[in-house]
Amino acid sequence: MANSTTTKAKAAEPARPASMMPVIAPAIGWLIPGAGHLIQRHWIRGLLLLISITALFVLGLMMQGHIYKANGGDILDMLGFIGDLGAGGMYIVTLAMNGGQGAIAFAIADYGTKFMIVAGLLNFIAVADAYHIAIGKKQ
Amino acid sequence: MTIQLSHFSAAFVFALFASIVFGITHRETTRDMIRYGLYCFAMFLGGVLVAGWAMWLIRR
Repeated sequence: MANSTTTKAKAAEPARPASMMPVIAPAIGWLIPGAGHLIQRHWIRGLLLLISITALFVLGLMMQGHIYKANGGDILDMLGFIGDLGAGGMYIVTLAMNGGQGAIAFAIADYGTKFMIVAGLLNFIAVADAYHIAIGKKQ
Repeated sequence: MTIQLSHFSAAFVFALFASIVFGITHRETTRDMIRYGLYCFAMFLGGVLVAGWAMWLIRR
């Protein structure tokens, strides 16, 4: 009996068309912060994410923050690298331009380093949010 | 190009942008997003002020 109820419920559900959005939205959202929302037509959310995450990362760079690389050596450097990596395209461009080479010699440079790590971590959250929107878990 | 922010302005900017992202990603409706963003912002800056005063008291 329970089985027939489940079958009826399944039959009543509208079939979701197969889409690449759950793959594309997180990928493009990682590369460009907020773009995962923008391609799903969440314009205001996407723009606010783009501005917030980009501003944090750029301010971190302007505060002479340090950017971590993959072969950092000790565990804290690796954690910093994972955080920085979340910034996606901005991290790649910064590395390519040889930016973020500050020595963290004063407090503001340390803040800048943390700004860039947090920008990356916030982008990871934004990517997960774009995925949830793509699979219909969130409006 | 470099920028020199004071400790408080750095905390303010950090709280502002982090709160926007938290608000958007952690709530469903626009109203809830704004409310949660404001709550996070207040907690960030309130935490900074409380920690600052606590350190001042410890130092005395």
